[in-house]
Amino acid sequence: MPDKPKVPGLFKGLGITLGILKDTVVDGANTVQYPHEKEAPPIRARGVIALHEENCTACMLCARSCPDWCIYIEGHKQLAPPRRAGGKPRQVNHLDRFDIDYALCMYCGICVEVCPFDALFWSPEYEYSEPKIADLLHDKEKLGEWMETVPEAPDLEAGANKK
Amino acid sequence: MIQLAVEIPYWGQSLLRVLGGLVAVLLPAGTIVYLFLFKMMSFMQSRLGPMEAGPYGSLQLVAEVGKWMQKEDLAPDQADHSIFKIAPLVVLTSTFLLVVVVPFGPDAYFTDFAVGVFYGLAVASVSVLGILIAGWASANKYSLLGGLRAAGQLIAYELPMVLATLGVVIQAGSMNLQDIVVAQNTGEIFGFGGLGNPFVITQFLGFVIFMIAVQAELTQPPFDMPIAESELVSGYMTEYSGFRFLIFFIAEFATAGVFAFVASVLFLGGWGVPFDWFGWNNIDQVDDWMNVVGPLIMFTKMLVLTFIIMWVRFSFPRFREDQLQTFAWKVLIPLALANTAVTAIFKVAF
Repeated sequence: MPDKPKVPGLFKGLGITLGILKDTVVDGANTVQYPHEKEAPPIRARGVIALHEENCTACMLCARSCPDWCIYIEGHKQLAPPRRAGGKPRQVNHLDRFDIDYALCMYCGICVEVCPFDALFWSPEYEYSEPKIADLLHDKEKLGEWMETVPEAPDLEAGANKK
Repeated sequence: MIQLAVEIPYWGQSLLRVLGGLVAVLLPAGTIVYLFLFKMMSFMQSRLGPMEAGPYGSLQLVAEVGKWMQKEDLAPDQADHSIFKIAPLVVLTSTFLLVVVVPFGPDAYFTDFAVGVFYGLAVASVSVLGILIAGWASANKYSLLGGLRAAGQLIAYELPMVLATLGVVIQAGSMNLQDIVVAQNTGEIFGFGGLGNPFVITQFLGFVIFMIAVQAELTQPPFDMPIAESELVSGYMTEYSGFRFLIFFIAEFATAGVFAFVASVLFLGGWGVPFDWFGWNNIDQVDDWMNVVGPLIMFTKMLVLTFIIMWVRFSFPRFREDQLQTFAWKVLIPLALANTAVTAIFKVAF
């Protein structure tokens, strides 16, 4: 590698800051003026956790694995009509309450990982701050609304076998 | 101050002087804070800085001052209250005392002081007292350490500053700042008078030493060991809040502006343009409109110099305490002494 002509570090440093000053004036800053314009977060960003209620079996795995104990689940067993005509009525878990307290949540994502039925999803939505801390407790209706913001799962890699 | 056709009574002159002093100190401070501290620093970090208060955030300073004014004026229980409260005022007063000797035009000056350089350097070091008082009276170990560091640093860098100024005084043959301006603008470089003879050319080493010493006197990075926030919280300002912190803050940037005024008088030709351009030979022939243009020229030069001060501030990391002292005593002072000696020899020889 050919040697570049040596510039003393002091002047190099001054040159760098002046260069960035020039770039900011000419091309604009790297930052965005947040309330006026928004940055699109990456689609897999951990913004908020959404609940797909139909998939939930109230198995409590997420609530038990939560390090902060911020998931509250209540359910009861009830009988559902049989799958085939003439069969026995099935016993299913019905979800009465599914709350996530975002005042406690630390966004570790263990609940999403641990859910065996694909009922919990990450959404990149991040604007849900509240003036009152109690309002950060999202019930299952609100968690269900977040499902609309969950992006499509990316395609599997070529050759991956789908179960 | 400014000679008008009408006679101004003494109280009127005094009032004008006070107002002029306030403008000469606070206008540069506000400009430096908005233009350089808010905007230039942000741009150098590829962000926009304050944008919400007023167009392009230009009223941010008003908002900040309002915020500081309404904060509680706290003092620690153990502090020496009366002295604790005086300290910021002592620091700010030294700035106001310094601006008094700076000439802004042929007749636009606060006082035409025969030993202006001597007086200016003397009152500039009064701020050390304020800082030491602040550090001691806060009854806080961080404040005390910061105050002691500041005292050590300000005394160490006072010397190269004085010695660098000495070169200018020898060359101009006067300690009056007005005479120094005239000497630069009537001077010639090898018989060519089109540029005058700003001392930044002949005293370039002195200029560099002076600017480095100013940087250290202002405790701006890379010489901000006294308020090193990673080890001393905020040094001697740690215990100050609200209005008293605001005074420290104003003093920091007002002093930057006033030192830039002094540096532009000593080295860059001050308020004047080369007298050759308009056929003036001495200060009495200078036209009256220079009283208006002169302050603008001074303001421009002040902006250029503070731009350099702030540019260096935003670019370099901080010196270690021992490096800082070594740099003053082993590099700057010998260089400044050599500069003074060489200047004196040239002055006698030619």
